[in-house]
Amino acid sequence: MSDYSRDEMMTVAAARMLWNGCVCFVGIGLPSAACNLARLTHAPDLVLIYESGTIGTRPTVLPLSIGDGELAETAACVVPLPDIFSDYLQAGRVDVGFLGAAQIDRLGNLNSTVIGPYAKPRTRLPGAGGAPEIAAHAKQVFIVMKASPRSFVTALDFQTSGGHFEGRSKSGARGGGPAVVVTDVGILKPQASGEFALAAAYPGIPADEARAAIGWKLAIAPQPETIAAPTAVELAALRALQARTAAAHREPVRLPIQ
Amino acid sequence: MTEILPLSEAIARHVPDGASVALEGFTHLIPFAAGHELIRQGRRDLHLIRMTPDLIYDQLIGMGAARRLTFSWGGNPGVGSLHRLRDAVEKDWPRPLEIDEHSHAGMAAAYRAGAARLPFGLLRGYIGTDLPAHNPNIRRIHCPYTGEELATVPALNPDVTILHAQRADRHGNVAIEGIIGAQREAALAARFLIVTVEEIVNELPPAMNGVLLPHFVVGAVSHCPAGAWPSYAQGRYARDNDFYLRWDDIARDRGRFSEWMRRHVQGTADHRAFIQSLRRAAA
Repeated sequence: MSDYSRDEMMTVAAARMLWNGCVCFVGIGLPSAACNLARLTHAPDLVLIYESGTIGTRPTVLPLSIGDGELAETAACVVPLPDIFSDYLQAGRVDVGFLGAAQIDRLGNLNSTVIGPYAKPRTRLPGAGGAPEIAAHAKQVFIVMKASPRSFVTALDFQTSGGHFEGRSKSGARGGGPAVVVTDVGILKPQASGEFALAAAYPGIPADEARAAIGWKLAIAPQPETIAAPTAVELAALRALQARTAAAHREPVRLPIQ
Repeated sequence: MTEILPLSEAIARHVPDGASVALEGFTHLIPFAAGHELIRQGRRDLHLIRMTPDLIYDQLIGMGAARRLTFSWGGNPGVGSLHRLRDAVEKDWPRPLEIDEHSHAGMAAAYRAGAARLPFGLLRGYIGTDLPAHNPNIRRIHCPYTGEELATVPALNPDVTILHAQRADRHGNVAIEGIIGAQREAALAARFLIVTVEEIVNELPPAMNGVLLPHFVVGAVSHCPAGAWPSYAQGRYARDNDFYLRWDDIARDRGRFSEWMRRHVQGTADHRAFIQSLRRAAA
């Protein structure tokens, strides 16, 4: 298949990294699309946990918010949110946690809090949400972000969640930290130093384009792979999922008020 | 004895200026009608508490009702920024807002501690983050058994927690179905609990393993159909995703925001009139 977008390549690449039976802590947007694509293709027994409290949810359409009714209706169980963070995430029961952010540095530390000083920010971002504890306790973290020098930076304005920061092994973090950064120009993986380097390229996207989109001096991993283009089966499943989602979200809301 | 009151009276009697107030509900069952009533009655200097401030806190903050915000994620879910929250933090408009910022795990622990009337919540958290450097409420303790360093947050005990739920019975028992976020913990942590409901029934069936708040923890119940709109009530009505998108435009501009609030919230008597006012504007 050659007719696909970079978003579709990212989504498919992230989906392929998930294995059947994997317990995934999912965020809204591209991670949710990737997890559900994996579930609808090669990993039917993928277990999706959304932080709102739904466990083992099998939505037929993608949620627009982290707590859509669809997630509860199709879940194996719905638990209080404190249970999710305390008894599932903190207790080490999540295999893969997805994160994104406004800024990432070369060690996979993330900022979703402020641009500028904390007390008087130029841009106030939404904040941490579940990120600090997902970054600490998921067995692996998959980061999904579009690459640009503005977001892949040499120094964060604020560290919201930790990647391979100095002292991580003695910090109380139980998980392994970020294992991969899926971008629209290629896939980065941490080297022995903890620094993220280009580990896999997409068809038709040269390493120079990836270098130009990353704010730090991007190294190339010793034996970079090339990712196969999305297959017809993957694209059909992803596009059908997105078409179902668009149709469902066009339904008008009926209120119990005249 | 749970009081069954009109919403305006429940707010007038139980939520004074300066109170700490938690309106909980994680994307689902957000008590919009109650938040609007706080605005209609011109509450000031509130300490607002909520994991995910959402549109209703954007409105309260933009109207200058809040002096302090305790939260863990402040965005418009699936859309982007809360522009009124941003304007308050970045430019002190319409007044400065103190920030008490947490992670979800930290706030959940603080509610759990509050519900149990313990002094602090405990978690293995706030690791690799700058939050503790900016929030003196986040501290560390050593486990007396293992020596492990753990994070603590002070218990949250709001003066008033306000929830929206599907049903209550005449005794004040409250039944909630679907995603409940931290509603149960925020309810039990409160000094006083107000619940708006879609429906009041004579008797609720026994709720084996379901979420039911027993009448003796519920201070007041108010009948308020569609009280969670534009969020949703499982089994009753869906989330109005379109409104969340439209809010991005309304809230972006101070003037447009103020005019919208004046016309549809301050200019209406109650939640039914608010929804009718929006329908007239859209017609």
